[in-house]
Amino acid sequence: MNNSDNSNRHMISILMENEAGALSRVANLFSARGYNIESLTVAPTDDPTLSRLTLVTSGNEQIIEQIVKQLNKLIDVVKLIDLSETDSIERELMLVKTKAVGEQRAEMMRLSEIFGGHILDVTESTYTIELTGPGGKLDNFLNAVEKDAILEVVRSGATGIARGQKALHV
Amino acid sequence: MEPITGAEILVRCLQEEGVDCMFGYPGGAVLHIYDALYAQEKIKHVLVRHEQAAVHAAEGYARASGKTGVVLVTSGPGVTNAVTGIADAYMDSIPLVIFSGQVPTALIGNDAFQEVDAVGITRPCVKHNFLVRDIKNLAETVKKAFYIASTGRPGPVLIDLPKDITIGKAEFHYPKKIKLRSYNPTIKGHAGQIRKAVDLVMSAKKPMIYTGGGVILSDGSTELVELTQLLGYPITHTLMGLGAYPATDKQFIGMLGMHGTYEANMAMHHCDVLIAIGARFDDRVTGKIEKFCPEAKIVHIDIDPSSISKNVQVDIPIVGSVPNVLRAMISVIRDEKLKPDTKALEHWWRQIDEWRAIKSLSYRQSDEVIKPQYVIEKLYQVTEGKAIITSDVGQHQMWAAQYYHFDRPRQWINSGGLGTMGFGLPAAMGAKLAFPDQDVACVTGDGSIQMMLQELSTMKQYYTPVKIVNLNNGYLGMVRQWQEFFYQKRYSMTYMEALPNFVMLAEAYGHVGMRIEKPGDVEGALREAFAMKDRTVFLDFITDQSENVFPMIPSGGGQNEMLLAERDEMVSTHEEGMVLV
Ligand SMILES: Cc1cc2nc3c(=O)[nH]c(=O)nc-3n(C[C@H](O)[C@H](O)[C@H](O)COP(=O)(O)OP(=O)(O)OC[C@H]3O[C@@H](n4cnc5c(N)ncnc54)[C@H](O)[C@@H]3O)c2cc1C
Ligand SMILES: Cc1ncc(C[n+]2csc(CCOP(=O)(O)OP(=O)(O)O)c2C)c(N)n1
Ligand SMILES: [Mg+2]
Repeated sequence: MNNSDNSNRHMISILMENEAGALSRVANLFSARGYNIESLTVAPTDDPTLSRLTLVTSGNEQIIEQIVKQLNKLIDVVKLIDLSETDSIERELMLVKTKAVGEQRAEMMRLSEIFGGHILDVTESTYTIELTGPGGKLDNFLNAVEKDAILEVVRSGATGIARGQKALHV
Repeated sequence: MEPITGAEILVRCLQEEGVDCMFGYPGGAVLHIYDALYAQEKIKHVLVRHEQAAVHAAEGYARASGKTGVVLVTSGPGVTNAVTGIADAYMDSIPLVIFSGQVPTALIGNDAFQEVDAVGITRPCVKHNFLVRDIKNLAETVKKAFYIASTGRPGPVLIDLPKDITIGKAEFHYPKKIKLRSYNPTIKGHAGQIRKAVDLVMSAKKPMIYTGGGVILSDGSTELVELTQLLGYPITHTLMGLGAYPATDKQFIGMLGMHGTYEANMAMHHCDVLIAIGARFDDRVTGKIEKFCPEAKIVHIDIDPSSISKNVQVDIPIVGSVPNVLRAMISVIRDEKLKPDTKALEHWWRQIDEWRAIKSLSYRQSDEVIKPQYVIEKLYQVTEGKAIITSDVGQHQMWAAQYYHFDRPRQWINSGGLGTMGFGLPAAMGAKLAFPDQDVACVTGDGSIQMMLQELSTMKQYYTPVKIVNLNNGYLGMVRQWQEFFYQKRYSMTYMEALPNFVMLAEAYGHVGMRIEKPGDVEGALREAFAMKDRTVFLDFITDQSENVFPMIPSGGGQNEMLLAERDEMVSTHEEGMVLV
């Protein structure tokens, strides 16, 4: 999906029963009904009977409305929120392995600092950098680094939470 | 309390649920369950001849009775054979609980003998499914399954039972009530929305009531009849909704959609307020979406929010169950003594009567060859409009829907959403088991009947005397019709050159067979067959091979673009229409 076109990008956060098969029900729904899915993250919550699943999708208003309705229809889905509809915080974790030789070492360190990254691992010729932020910021980092210097990129997919007093819980 | 085996727990659960009849087929993984069934008499188990038939029979039973249908199949091929039926029940929202055997827990994932991932295979076509991993959860899971299958928008629920679960022991406690934090269907409509809907409905000058399977599923017919008569508005049904409002009443203007009546589709196209009740705006109903009800403001009552504004954006959505919402609307209208605009209504009815006068269901009778429509008309007369009619899929299905006038809900049982050939015969068996004292007829075709023919054997064993009305046109007629219209008569693979002798087949299975070739013999044969109360009779009507179903909205057309029999030249549909089915 095109990240610059944020108008139809939606981040939907779901509380669901922490049961075998719940994740596949969500994934199945998206493939069966032909909905876009850009990223998906899932993990148990503080309440071990519940998992929290966050997915990023896109579509016009009508499609998003159907996605939300279809998700709600799944028996395992307890509650959900479209974070794009409220003031919310989005975060994604990225691990990047870059080349770091000669002048590149200082340059890479400087870039990492600018983006608030941490260098987690250092060898003679590489750095492994950790960055968090909204997806757009991570994209910007990758754009700022010379293409050839990137050896490997791992992104967790976006996750998020509403700002203020609003909380998604049962 | 003494611990009992999982198989015994299962049987006790079914008894607690009041199950009196179930359909199934045994195999290694469910042997313990069959052993537990053997030891009791409360539940009648019907041994079908193919698992798909078990599901269709349970569907017929459920649709006729309103109860939840129950199916038991073994692991592996037992489950895969059942999948078509499960998908059928899912599309038509039929409440079923299906139990499938599974290899022992310890072997799951090992490609063990007759192992398939039943939960995975059925996931896209069930309302929900479960794999029981601990015998302690068994009873509660069964309770949940029945609750989920029968409430909200009904549907099939599958429980996969590893064999060790059926052998292990536990104490039996059946929960009285169940509450699921993640499942809570909305029954009562929102008062504000109901208010708005009533205002819009009362302001209509050219109103139209369009209802579907949701009215039947929710037993909302009484409320629907009351509201419709209170308003005096015209009403149409989808294929799945027939019988909710008496077809013989003058306010009923026929089925709508691809093969609906001219008046129903024209009234849809020209109405200014559309009241959609328990219907899902299927593409066989709407025709081309852009041309659908261009002038109408739409109220939509449905228990499933995802049915609302899925295909057509509506103006006033009401999430709730049909009887509840209609009762609330009736109260508002009565309490406030609201009256429809009678002047405008008179005008509207005059217009509708003009459309009606076109007689879109007329057909040319023949003395030589049996017209399929004529057979259904006679079937209607001979059974005095009272029989339960099941149907297979094809032209015969449309003729049954058009020419048998259903006056009560749950009288018409067919496969609409999936359109499963083979549905009719096992469904008739299921309906007959639910209502042994009622006449049940299965309207079928030479193609469809051969998909589940083996059930004639089951019907012999369990004594379910139904009348099979085979409209034998020697073709996969519905497909042939499309080839005639849209593929320049290239009849690719639609001629059944080697049809069996159905009379002999029926007799081979111990039933009565009759072959009828002359129009003059149709009524007599039907009378003779229905007089044989205790026999299954296979009536093989040799019908006009070239007859087509009219009227018809070709795929991609609008509701005002109907083709009428012998009046319109059939033309290829629009390019975009050709991709539709
Ligand atoms: C050969 C062939 C030709 C066909 N031609 C036509 C045709 O000409 N015309 C036609 O109409 N169909 C036709 N169909 C059938 C069509 O494919 C659809 O199955 C049918 O139109 C759907 O009917 P429905 O809208 O009533 O929905 P159903 O599938 O019956 O759905 C029921 C709706 O009611 C809702 N509901 C369930 N319970 C409740 C409740 N308690 N309260 C409120 N709402 C509830 C559900 O959520 C759902 O939205 C044809 C099928 C075949 C196989
Ligand atoms: C299982 C299945 N396979 C294929 C189809 C496609 N199909 C729809 S109607 C039809 C022909 C049905 O023939 P028949 O039962 O003889 O009925 P007729 O149309 O001739 O009345 C076919 C093949 C289907 N609906 N179901
Ligand atoms: Mg045929």
